[in-house]
Amino acid sequence: MKKALALCALLFASVNAKAQEIPTSASAGEKSAANSEARIQTLEQQVSMLAEQVALLRGQLKVLADTKSPSEESGARLVLTSASAPVSAESSSSSIASATSAPAAPTAAAPAAPAPQAQALQSTQSQTFGGASGNARLLNPDISLIGDFIGAVGHNDVAPSPSLQLHESELGVQAIIDPYARADVFISFGETGVNVEEGYVTFTSLPAGLLLKVGKMRAVFGKINTIHNHALPYIDRPLATNNLVGGEDGIDDAGFSLSRILPAPKGWFVEATAQVFRGDSSDVFTASERQDASVVGHLRGYKDITESTNLDLGVSYARGHNDLGSAFITSLYGADATLRWKPLRRAIYKSFIFRTEMFYSLRDQISPLDLSQSVHAFGTYSSAEYRVNRRWTVGGRFDRSAHARNANLIDTGLSAIVTYWPSEFSQIRGQYRYGHLATAPTSFDNANELLFQFLFVMGAHGAHPF
Amino acid sequence: MLHARLIRKTRFYVTNYATNYVTNYLTNYLTKTSAVVMAIALLCALAGSPAGRAENKLKIMTATTDLASLAQEVGGDKVDVESVAKGYQDPHFVEAKPSFLLKLRKADLLIVVGLELEIGWLPPLITQSSNPNIQVSANGYLDASRFAKILEIPTGQVTRAEGDVHPQGNPHYWLDPDNGLRVAKGIADKLSEMRPNDAAYFAQRYSDFEQRLKQADEKWKEQMKPYSGRKIVTYHRSWPNFAEHFQLNVVGYVEPRPGIPPTPQHTVELIGQMKRDNVKVIVVEPYFDLKTPNSVARETGGQVLVLLPSVGGEKEITDYFKLFDYDIAKLKQAFDTTH
Repeated sequence: MKKALALCALLFASVNAKAQEIPTSASAGEKSAANSEARIQTLEQQVSMLAEQVALLRGQLKVLADTKSPSEESGARLVLTSASAPVSAESSSSSIASATSAPAAPTAAAPAAPAPQAQALQSTQSQTFGGASGNARLLNPDISLIGDFIGAVGHNDVAPSPSLQLHESELGVQAIIDPYARADVFISFGETGVNVEEGYVTFTSLPAGLLLKVGKMRAVFGKINTIHNHALPYIDRPLATNNLVGGEDGIDDAGFSLSRILPAPKGWFVEATAQVFRGDSSDVFTASERQDASVVGHLRGYKDITESTNLDLGVSYARGHNDLGSAFITSLYGADATLRWKPLRRAIYKSFIFRTEMFYSLRDQISPLDLSQSVHAFGTYSSAEYRVNRRWTVGGRFDRSAHARNANLIDTGLSAIVTYWPSEFSQIRGQYRYGHLATAPTSFDNANELLFQFLFVMGAHGAHPF
Repeated sequence: MLHARLIRKTRFYVTNYATNYVTNYLTNYLTKTSAVVMAIALLCALAGSPAGRAENKLKIMTATTDLASLAQEVGGDKVDVESVAKGYQDPHFVEAKPSFLLKLRKADLLIVVGLELEIGWLPPLITQSSNPNIQVSANGYLDASRFAKILEIPTGQVTRAEGDVHPQGNPHYWLDPDNGLRVAKGIADKLSEMRPNDAAYFAQRYSDFEQRLKQADEKWKEQMKPYSGRKIVTYHRSWPNFAEHFQLNVVGYVEPRPGIPPTPQHTVELIGQMKRDNVKVIVVEPYFDLKTPNSVARETGGQVLVLLPSVGGEKEITDYFKLFDYDIAKLKQAFDTTH
């Protein structure tokens, strides 16, 4: 009993002591409570700051996502800036700021804490993560204009050109149509009128490695027929082109083109192209009836000889009906060779290109002697261009060609060309041209001319195929 | 078992009927010439088509050697990487040779620098490759600029009076190791998306690359710290990201504007500026002519330094790390000998 009482007393005392400890720990607890209060308060502040930062980042993300969609919403966003919560106001004003020169001041409703962060975000906004800026204008096609101004002085009685002319302004409109195709349209505005030089859609996602182009295009007959006027290394076209292959317009017709890279020995690139056209091309082909289609075929072999030198060979065939009627056929055979040298480390300073082509034209005609005959005319040209330094190139060309309608008339020509490049986007060119032009089988006209040309490129004119 | 026998029987009858029909057709309705034509067409269609692409290695083509090196770091054994441009070439002016088409046709993934760096030569290659995977915005087309921090985004009107400007920002962003890391992450994510089974492998390779790059970056920053704030002149605007990361100050350019060759007037102004600001180092990319930089160096008592902006600029620069090792070593040497 006594023991029990003693135990109880002990227990009571210890409990009392414990109870008395609680107030002391309570006072220590008060202190620690005050401490934890302070800590909780700072933690709360930090959390709220983090929450604001997250909201700001979310707003930024939303802006980046929104700017990828059509910008009709941007007008609505402008209205929202004054009325909306500070967070979205920050992000929208900073998005507009990134489009204009100076970042706007944050709206007044912003509490102090996000403002410096917004400033920091605004300064990083001008150095955005991610490259492309979203904008509806980016869905517009690439538009470019190439102006070609040509002048001539000298004497040429056979084929005189005007003394000064804005020969051609070529408007290029190029864009990706959808995941399966792209389109390229080149419209040339000249002094004689407007001409769709090329307008075709290219299907890039066909099976079996096929490439299909549909539209109006320059036929792949040789090399120079495919090159636009402004991309030539000379001001005019070779005599062989003018006489046998349709002149400036060349074989340029509406139809289909199917090409494929063929299996070839290692290092060789071999490509075959087959084209079917309506059959109306300049003075080369004329379609009197619907079935007078023309065809063009081309086989190309290309090889890298070294990393700086390469060789490009090709053979071509074209067949169509000519202007005398459906019963009259013109066939053209061509061969081309191009040798290029461009040292990779000094590509902008030195390069050399040599190109030669041969044409053989067989044209059905009526002659006074036989009822029908076939005129066999041969033409060729060889040209070279050498880049002397970053701004200057020099070149030369030799021409020799018979006339398509009369193989006894043979023209010969020689040209020397100098080109100055103020930048990649403009060129000034001078060409001395000598022509020994046949007017009758034994009578010639000597033409001596100095041609000059100013070329300028506006906009994003896409790169031409090699 | 009855079920299996039924299937066998049906299969037998179907194949029998099919072969009979086909041989009938071939012998009766097909003429010799058209058969030959069809055979040739079939051969052509089959011969070159990328048949039986083994699920072994992912074929990656990149526009530049730097992207190739990053892709190789992240892809490891599971990828075959090749670059169109060489490391010592100016990446703005690469010849779009048809021989590249042979490789682009077979590529599973094309990684481009973007920001219109390759606009002068890559689009016709992509079109003519007839490879549906690598067409712009297709599944196998990756624009690395999406992941990087871009500098020099023009504000206000952009015209070519400023030279050959890049309207979307400076495309030489890979010269900042932080961007190298961001682009590598983007590539790793893309590879994981294309080969989900190897996602863990790519993730591991990326984190390994991240660790190595961060260590190396510490080392490089240490090496460059004594030269923090030093002023340099560069030939072309290839170095803003490098300069920002390593805290150098590009105060002038040998080109009066991007893409415009040095003019006497601008060169005189540049010499004056270098003398005023006591700039002694002229950084030139390996594809530019050294005549004007050398004459500027002579006039100002400075030094011309050929730095490499790309992996492969010299034969021994075989990866992303060696590029910075080389450039920083050369810079250190130049700074030490000119002060």
